[in-house]
Amino acid sequence: MGSLRLIAIALLVSSPAFAQTYGVGRPTTPEELRRLDISIGPAGEELPVGHGTAKEGAVLFQRKGCVGCHGKAGIGGGPAPALQSKKGAEVPIWDRGHILPLSAPFATTVWDYIHRAMPVGNEGTLTPDEVYSLTAYLLFVNKVIPEDEVLDKQSLPKVKMPIGDDYARLPQWKAGAPRLEGYPY
Amino acid sequence: MGSKPTSRRDILKGGAALAGGIAALSQKPAFGQEHDHVMAVGGAPNDYPMILGSKEEIEYGHRSKYVTSMRMMHPMGGRMSPDDFGKVFHVASPLQDSVGVVTPSSLHYVATTRGSYMPDIDPKVHTLTIHGLVDQALTFTMDDLRRFPSVTRLQFIECAGNRHNGKQKTVQESHGMTSCAEWTGVLLSTLLKECGLKGSATWFVAEGAEEVKGASSMPIAKGMDDVLVAYGMNGEAIRPQNGFPVRLCVPGFEGIFNTKYLRRIKVVDRYYMNYNDYGHLDKDPKEAALGFQMGPKSVITRPSGSMRLPGKGYYEITGLAWSGGGAIRTVEVSTDGGKKWNKAEIKATPQRMAHTRFGYMWNWDGNETEIMSRCTDEIGQQQPTREQVAQYWNVPFERDYRVPGLDNSVMPWKIGRDGSVTNGLA
Repeated sequence: MGSLRLIAIALLVSSPAFAQTYGVGRPTTPEELRRLDISIGPAGEELPVGHGTAKEGAVLFQRKGCVGCHGKAGIGGGPAPALQSKKGAEVPIWDRGHILPLSAPFATTVWDYIHRAMPVGNEGTLTPDEVYSLTAYLLFVNKVIPEDEVLDKQSLPKVKMPIGDDYARLPQWKAGAPRLEGYPY
Repeated sequence: MGSKPTSRRDILKGGAALAGGIAALSQKPAFGQEHDHVMAVGGAPNDYPMILGSKEEIEYGHRSKYVTSMRMMHPMGGRMSPDDFGKVFHVASPLQDSVGVVTPSSLHYVATTRGSYMPDIDPKVHTLTIHGLVDQALTFTMDDLRRFPSVTRLQFIECAGNRHNGKQKTVQESHGMTSCAEWTGVLLSTLLKECGLKGSATWFVAEGAEEVKGASSMPIAKGMDDVLVAYGMNGEAIRPQNGFPVRLCVPGFEGIFNTKYLRRIKVVDRYYMNYNDYGHLDKDPKEAALGFQMGPKSVITRPSGSMRLPGKGYYEITGLAWSGGGAIRTVEVSTDGGKKWNKAEIKATPQRMAHTRFGYMWNWDGNETEIMSRCTDEIGQQQPTREQVAQYWNVPFERDYRVPGLDNSVMPWKIGRDGSVTNGLA
């Protein structure tokens, strides 16, 4: 009897339904991860080595064709969104337009966006130095950083964005909960 | 030939009625037609020409040429893209022609992260990698995914841009950015357990393989609950427009989270504010919350805008109801402009976060009126009128009042004395 029970338990434990893992899939290599992982979080841990300044970025903004869609110095008017606010710092941040390099809560968001999605038709071709430079340029034209500030892995995550803490956090999501507590609709 | 043959014209009319469009209701459906049932003696000539059993028809069937239901550019999206597919970001589904709850794959609404380009992915080379706050980063081939226990379920996906206003003429224009398909895949929770989720994990970032590598942050609680890594759609492989060879299905969340061409999932310990996340940036926490999980919503699809009732008498008012909060519990229909609400019949068992078909038999007396529907979901959230929403937020109600977050307000259709059906918000 005892041995039968042991066998039963052994069968249960070895059954995939209880084990919960299946041994399918292969370990990802560090090289693969380096190539694949383009997500840059607010702490900037994933940022690659490199650096750039607004002056270098100004040249690239012309040369890479950014002007064609975003307008001169990103002022807008083309098919793509404006990247420079027409309103100054005296206007509250939420009234200055939905301008990525101005209203993003983190400078890393700007870097991540340019790196993964720009320029149109040649996405993912910019080098880290070029992305640092373009980020610096767009932050400079929006008066977020001075023209001579060098952006790199260390300095970029430290850039203080003008929006500060003035943006909504998403609610803690719970299964089966209404979309907004207390809201009947 | 004593029998009265089923007239070919009646059958054609039936096809046209299914195809929808203007004056669809003025045509008599071919189904259930009554006629003298006397067997013909001897040779009966064919009533119809024949469709050639061509190689194409044998290999992959097509619908009747009399059924012309089509998607359309979503006017609200109207931004040009340089390719030929739609030339828009948004393509709306013809809800006015829908029957049942499944949207055919070819008619499923489409929205893209930027242009309308679709990556042409060879499933033999495509992989999905899960990494970040896990014990072991793993890479899965498409064949690997098929080795895990599969899950099949219905699920709606709706675009946050699916807002109705007084300018739209048809339900396709006003509500066509929602669709419902049967999806098959492996639960994301199965794959996360395979990698070994670390205790510090609070969010995950999902990323597609399209040109911009669109990325969205989502709560890990959702990822461990009901998110599906889907490879099948309506009984076959997902179509390229819908994310071939693999996509996320995130039940009840705004459309953009349902990441197409899924190539990577990174488990993290904070909201990453990448790409699509920036588009969700909001000042007001209430607006942000209401733009995340979809509310309860319904709309009458027939009769709807631009159709015409041929005369007084019985009509089945039918439509779709859905909610990001779970299954639909009740649907009510009003045929007097919202004064009295009548319980509608729910067709089949409502599924969680899936379109639910409802019907209500209505005897039209020929007078001018307004018809509309509202629904309640399993957690008690009720679809509001726009006036109710304004009242809740204590703001004055105006004609162009914008419902905060995703618009789930009631949609009225006006019935004219001449049987015309028009937008009740106009």
